[in-house]
Amino acid sequence: MLTDPTATVRPAPAPAPAPSRLAAAWAQPWARLAALGGAVLALTAVYLFSDVPGSLSFALEIRSRTVLAMLVVSTAVGVSTVVFHTITQNRILTPSIMGFDAFYVLISTVIVFFSGSAAFLAFDQLTLWLVQVVVMVAFSVLLFTWLFGGKRRSIHLMLLVGIVLGTFFRSFTEWMQRMLDPLDFQVLSDAMFASVTRPDETLLALTAVLVTCACAAIVPLRRTLDVLALGQPAAVGLGVDHRRVVMVLFCAVSVMIAASTALVGPILFFGLIVANLAYSWAGSFRHVWTLPTAVLLGMVCLLGGQLVLERVFGYGGTLSTVIDFAGGLFFLYLVLRKGAR
Amino acid sequence: MIALENVSKRYGSSTVVDDVSIALGDEGVTALIGPNGAGKSTLFGLVGRLLKPDGGRVTVDGMDVATTASSTLATTLAVLRQDNHVAARLTVRDLVEFGRFPHSRGRLTVDDRDHVERALSYLDLDDYRTRFLDELSGGQRQRAFIAMVLAQDTKYVLLDEPLNNLDLRHMAEIMRLIRRMADELGKRIVIVLHDINVAARYADRIVAMRDGVVVADAPAREIMRPEVLGAVYDTPVDVREIDGKPVALYYG
Repeated sequence: MLTDPTATVRPAPAPAPAPSRLAAAWAQPWARLAALGGAVLALTAVYLFSDVPGSLSFALEIRSRTVLAMLVVSTAVGVSTVVFHTITQNRILTPSIMGFDAFYVLISTVIVFFSGSAAFLAFDQLTLWLVQVVVMVAFSVLLFTWLFGGKRRSIHLMLLVGIVLGTFFRSFTEWMQRMLDPLDFQVLSDAMFASVTRPDETLLALTAVLVTCACAAIVPLRRTLDVLALGQPAAVGLGVDHRRVVMVLFCAVSVMIAASTALVGPILFFGLIVANLAYSWAGSFRHVWTLPTAVLLGMVCLLGGQLVLERVFGYGGTLSTVIDFAGGLFFLYLVLRKGAR
Repeated sequence: MIALENVSKRYGSSTVVDDVSIALGDEGVTALIGPNGAGKSTLFGLVGRLLKPDGGRVTVDGMDVATTASSTLATTLAVLRQDNHVAARLTVRDLVEFGRFPHSRGRLTVDDRDHVERALSYLDLDDYRTRFLDELSGGQRQRAFIAMVLAQDTKYVLLDEPLNNLDLRHMAEIMRLIRRMADELGKRIVIVLHDINVAARYADRIVAMRDGVVVADAPAREIMRPEVLGAVYDTPVDVREIDGKPVALYYG
């Protein structure tokens, strides 16, 4: 069954009489990660090979590009949200609090507002992508160095200012959108929903490179990230150069998020679900396990959501609706099931 | 030695640590006492490189805290802060293993595991190693954090009010452990305490602070005098001798 993207990742219930070995293996993070990897592979196969209307090779070419875009996006969202949670010591935030999504919408709105939807659609994709990436990264790094790198060194102050500025950008965007003519508004709101299908090849490649670079900066810090989970004072006591490490991590997160948002639109919405599912699924606080688990769960969400959207609803909705609905339900199930822990 | 030379720290216009020069970390247990707001925790923050002094210099065995790599200092000096809230769900063993981070950067060797095991049994946590921190009582959790600091295997150990929120039994238990760590393992311990009787009983040297200045620094016995304690806490304190040991009475 494809209708429930979450069903494929649920653990096979161990037979009650002899649970020992299977249960013991299942308690290992690698087993859970492998199961998740299997689910992702299965979903990918279903997405690639099922329901092909015409030429298989043509369908494969188009669809594999979409799958690659999903991989890039779920890596960016999964890794950045988990890292952000660890830096801020808070599991209910996503990097969108720094105004990434708001900025993306603002930039697009400003272009449509001043030059009209025709110009917006005709705008060179590469330039648009570059402008958005540069502006988003510059804004978040500026905010970060001002409020964390300087004398203040307060992550909470930075978050607070981020929320206030994000709200400001959103109101400003709304105000501009209200003055657009209906046709322009239609075009704009279409662009404001994340879509992973058929991304531009050059942009996809560029985004993939940026996300890979960011991951290359984060992966060597995975054990330091574990220590950061103890909080800043303890991490400093254990010899972590907190300021430098957080700076590196934050810059990597900004680059990843900016690049993939500029590629597919506002995508941070499922970061929260994916990261919290990952903590629960991985069964370990170590980033060696939570980071890849978050990425794979992101793949499950995107692939499953896209399948449901395409094959069940015939594109009669948006990806975010599908993922939020199914992922939200599954999340509630996990939270309530573990309520007693 | 942990040497502070003319160290000052200001928050806005109020000076919390005022031109303090002192050497801490001689053998045994040194207790840091003083009323709330005297600057004890700030002093720890300055030594533990969580805060930057506005003036002066802090050195640990000759290494300037401001310029030496944090990871190098972490093999000489361990600091346990007052509030240890951990967002992640860790077991006791996970926590104690973190104590080895300065030595192995998270890749545990056989030697590291050995240290972890010894720290666990030293603090009598063998039966709790797989328990999650949020499943422990306050006293057990405090022991787990001290085990982490012990596994860090440093010459100096700074403990900021480790007796907070502990009942009589656990308080005495933790203090006995700290005394043993100093006597048997040769740890040089500096500890912030609020109960002067506990300080007098377990510490070799007592340093008293008030309004950001060191007002008294002497062997425990000499600090336990009504005029000294009265001046430190700005409240009348009577000191009586019970079984040859000084006991301060400050309940009025």
